Amino acid sequence: MARITPLHAVHVAAGARMVDFAGWDMPVNYGSQIEEHHAVRSDAGMFDVSHMLALDLTGADATVFLRTLLANDVAKLTVPGKALYSCMLNAEGGVIDDLIVYYFAADTFRIVVNAGTADKDVAWMRKQIARAGANVTLDARGDLAMIAVQGPNARAKTWHAIPGSESASAGLKPFFAAQVGDMLIARTGYTGEDGFEITLPAAQAPDLWQALTAAGVAPCGLGARDTLRLEAGMNLYGQDMDEATSPLNAGLSWTVDLKDADRAFIGRAALEAAPATQQMLGLVLLERGVLRAHQQVFTDAGEGETTSGTFSPTLQQAIAFARVPLGVAVGSTVEVDIRGKRLKARTVKLPFVRNGQALI
Amino acid sequence: MNIPAELKYTKSHEWIRREDDGTVTVGITDHAQEALGDIVFLDLPEAGRMVAAGEECAVVESVKAASDIYAPVAGEIIAANDDAVDAPESVNADAYANWLFKLKPANAADVDALLDAAAYADIAADN
Repeated sequence: MARITPLHAVHVAAGARMVDFAGWDMPVNYGSQIEEHHAVRSDAGMFDVSHMLALDLTGADATVFLRTLLANDVAKLTVPGKALYSCMLNAEGGVIDDLIVYYFAADTFRIVVNAGTADKDVAWMRKQIARAGANVTLDARGDLAMIAVQGPNARAKTWHAIPGSESASAGLKPFFAAQVGDMLIARTGYTGEDGFEITLPAAQAPDLWQALTAAGVAPCGLGARDTLRLEAGMNLYGQDMDEATSPLNAGLSWTVDLKDADRAFIGRAALEAAPATQQMLGLVLLERGVLRAHQQVFTDAGEGETTSGTFSPTLQQAIAFARVPLGVAVGSTVEVDIRGKRLKARTVKLPFVRNGQALI
Repeated sequence: MNIPAELKYTKSHEWIRREDDGTVTVGITDHAQEALGDIVFLDLPEAGRMVAAGEECAVVESVKAASDIYAPVAGEIIAANDDAVDAPESVNADAYANWLFKLKPANAADVDALLDAAAYADIAADN
């Protein structure tokens, strides 16, 4: 049996096309994926992301424990509500998951992990807590729902939909969150647009979804979520990196914090023993066709592979992430094998699109 | 589900219309376009190409995925729909008006053996 979110009935009633995603029955679109994509780039759209799992980590050793568990350094978080993106690595330096961690106090954190990896993440965390003998409590918050409201008008429409939310969240800078009654409102997202991710008790989710709909926020499915995050240059776990991939080869070096030489986080020794050999670049197809994951890339510096690809609704051309040798320069022309034909593509720096604007 | 009674069909979701001159026109069904989602690219066969029944001869790509299109019967490709290539979304708008290619069957009887609308409706209902 597929798992369902608190908004499942709302999606079905809205005529959403439902698909299996990591064991969850989720909306892939409500009609046109491309229209949903454009709604987020030009106005406001919302996504049910309740399949992702929120975890509360509390206790005297919370900061010390997370500094060992995560490749990014939570010691950077000193202001309550501040969020940090990080990989959680295995001892070999492979990526178990990527996640967002919110700091509320030195002994109080919220972690949000991917749906498909949630069970293994919790098992891994509990194993590491036991191994370290850490004085922390890990609480999986299956009682919560999450709605991401994204787009240039997302914040204004959210304030319209949630009375009293403006005063509490208008001052939030990007990557900060504030508790507003039962809701955690975070100025974060996965689209390259401004907006909020709102975590709230499951029972309240349908009413908020309806209020946002009434405020003119377009329901959007996982299809648009994928094309938006690809244009925004954001990795998808399981596709652009996994347990066999070093974050250094997956465009995630910026999330690995090696500054504190004394911080022996899990996977650090493996990363230091095996420096990056590849880099993640964007590709823009110069001929007609569509780039997809797992297409072979031929460059002057050697071969590589696309990890994600699609037709970009904003740019109106095919784009991809490609893991290629370090010697490949931005702006060079490479060839991609698409069904046995080699088509030309140009390498670009990621992201492709940010805040509604093409960057390539 | 929109499955016109006068057309023939394949299990792989192509529709086939018999023309008066003995050629056939081929497209994808409404069910297929809906399953694919927004179509953004068509790769159609060149006129003059000889194809076997069931041979991959075209590709329809949506934002979501690429899907192979198969020749419903053996024969010669005589035309591809360049208008649809220039506006792939037209196939979403009307999958039966916006055909993909025309084919001259090697054997007219092969067309008779394709699925009728009722048989295709059973297949489409199952997926």
